Amino acid sequence: MRLARAAWRRLRRERAALACLVFLLGIALVALLAPLLPLCSPVALALSGEPRPPEAVLGNQAWPQRVSLRFELFESPRSRESLVRLERTLLDLVRGIAGETPRVFRLGTGVEIRALELALLYRPELDPARGSDLAARVASELARASQDGKLRIPGGGDARVTFAGLTAQDAYGPLGRFDRWLLRQRLALFGFFQTGHWLGTDAKGRDLLARCVFGSRVSLSVALAGALVSLLVGVTYGALAGYSGGRTDERLMRLVDVLYAIPFLFVVIFVLTLLNEYRSELARLGIGRMSAFFVVLGLVTWLTMARVVRGQVLVLRQQEFVQAARVLGASHARILLVHVLPHLLGLVVVYLTLTLPSVMLYEAFLSFLGLGVEAPQVSWGLLAADALDALNPLRTAWWLVLGPALFLGSTLLALNVLGDGLRDALDPRARSGASRSGA
Amino acid sequence: MTRFLVRRALWFAFTLWLVVSLSFVLMRSVRGGPFSAERALHPSIERSLEARYHLDWPLWKQYLQYLGPLDWGEHGHRWAGGDGAHPYGGILALDLGPSFKYRDFSVDDILAQSVPISATLGALALLVALVLGLPAGILAAVKRGTWLDLALRCTATLGIALPNFVIAGLLVLAFAFGLGLLPPAGWGEPRHLVLPAFVLGAPFAAYVARLTRAGMLEVLSQDYIRTARAKGLSARTVLVRHALRAGILPVVSYLGPATAGILSGSLVVEKIFAIPGLGAHFVNSALNRDYTLAMGVTLFYTVLVVALNTLVDVVYTLLDPRIELGTSA
Repeated sequence: MRLARAAWRRLRRERAALACLVFLLGIALVALLAPLLPLCSPVALALSGEPRPPEAVLGNQAWPQRVSLRFELFESPRSRESLVRLERTLLDLVRGIAGETPRVFRLGTGVEIRALELALLYRPELDPARGSDLAARVASELARASQDGKLRIPGGGDARVTFAGLTAQDAYGPLGRFDRWLLRQRLALFGFFQTGHWLGTDAKGRDLLARCVFGSRVSLSVALAGALVSLLVGVTYGALAGYSGGRTDERLMRLVDVLYAIPFLFVVIFVLTLLNEYRSELARLGIGRMSAFFVVLGLVTWLTMARVVRGQVLVLRQQEFVQAARVLGASHARILLVHVLPHLLGLVVVYLTLTLPSVMLYEAFLSFLGLGVEAPQVSWGLLAADALDALNPLRTAWWLVLGPALFLGSTLLALNVLGDGLRDALDPRARSGASRSGA
Repeated sequence: MTRFLVRRALWFAFTLWLVVSLSFVLMRSVRGGPFSAERALHPSIERSLEARYHLDWPLWKQYLQYLGPLDWGEHGHRWAGGDGAHPYGGILALDLGPSFKYRDFSVDDILAQSVPISATLGALALLVALVLGLPAGILAAVKRGTWLDLALRCTATLGIALPNFVIAGLLVLAFAFGLGLLPPAGWGEPRHLVLPAFVLGAPFAAYVARLTRAGMLEVLSQDYIRTARAKGLSARTVLVRHALRAGILPVVSYLGPATAGILSGSLVVEKIFAIPGLGAHFVNSALNRDYTLAMGVTLFYTVLVVALNTLVDVVYTLLDPRIELGTSA
């Protein structure tokens, strides 16, 4: 642990690396707490048909997450008065049941109103099933009211009330329990407020800032998971090779040399294509596409880790404390786990920081090519691909390129600088220029 | 010396065998074979297709067929070499078989069409990497510690960190749509080459600059450079005659991985700039489930990269007198 403290002292002197560390922690926090932030919905469509440039508006009061009840009219109300009366009756009804005043939207043309939409602020506990339940209750209340003669529905007949609103599912994609909790906090904190389109919107009217922030969840988690897989494989392989020594070591490391020469991007693409064939089988085994994806990414990035760990273990193996443990009768497994592994920690952290950007780059690359993350989910690579697809000389949506580039570029840059800084601090022998790094 | 070369050649052969076998296993493990994926064919048609491509054979026989120019057909064993009468000549006869999606095209045909395009682009990118990277690295090393050094190093870090499609997007915005100087995409005229070659080469230029700087710094601090200076040689002579030769050795060993990286990068760059090269074909083949084509291209790239790596290793060993030939590193 003295080593860790010394390394920390050295790292503190590297201002740039430290700034990058802070920045990365910030990005990670934002990604983790994304539903808490007053962002627009990343998936709710506004079918405007064209991307809109960034606007310098602090926020707006649009209703991205709402439960709406649709009240269909068979005949447009004759007069304005009867429409207003109808609206008020409905409003009272819904308030009586839901305990909250809805907003009323008129659907149809100015002359002919086809339906009324009563929107309630979205509440996470109100899932689609309960929403329909609410609709049914409103419908039955309406039916009773019209029987009693309190309400005259234009055109007569039954009033049909359906639950037609955006649910949290629609507004955010599937959310876990923690995310739903965050969403509740957000509504408690910010209410209806949501940010303006600071980074513009895409062709489907989705807010780019929200998409970038929610995309960071996918990008970062894939990078982290892939790097962890790579760490697991690399450390195990390297430690075994280094600890065995001799012939076994030579053979194992020769294999690594051979694998180094293979251009893995092609192999990965090939494997991912094959995995697509087995999608349903994998799903039945409980392995999602994403898990398969990051396992594959981890499996092609472990080589450097294995080399570095093996070199270190070769040195550690010769040290007195390992020999002492052996003389005392410790098993090989115990020596490796208890005596050798803790000494690898610093080194592993350094190379983990350097593996992260390469996995992230792989992910972005593959998503860019349409082989990685898929549509309902967003990642930075996918956003960059969308942006380049949308580039055309008639209408240059420059902000679409800029947003993801900013997020992806700054994160990768920070990871690189941090990794180099850490390596210089912890592993002075391997300076940044001397390392061999393939793409 | 001979022993070293023989050993390298053996490792080369082993790597290739590994990749070929691995891709064979992967490809044959696809459920239902390559034809059943598209649409349900009549069973008899499917049978005849399978017979044509020898998919009805036992696996070991298919494997041998796939590997070698040996013809295992009913006419007995003889050298076949993919003369048209037999669909597969085998890898050793440089026949990668038919494309399953492009009717009447063999994988070889497609390679022959698109490799020159990709090669042009790749060579230009490599040139960009060297032309930009080497001087930048040397300059940074010579002017060590100045603002110029800092600026060059920052640029290099930026170049390494940014993915090439991000750079591509920004450059297309600036030069194609903003200034209107260059075409945003396409192929055929020299103008079309500028942006793709730069985008493809930029990250490697950054790496080359970094390596050159580190190499030069190490060399410049050595005794024989001090001796040369002490002899009264001009700074220029010391730099060009004495330092440069040893200083750019790391770059030589980087050329192998760089080529591999440029090939991978060309997948994206060809897609962005609509260049009808091998990378674009490869991505499409992967998306279209054209397994023979995907595997053929994978093999082609692997052979190329492994060959280059081996070559670079050999050249490096020959260039640097400090490396002993007996111990393979």
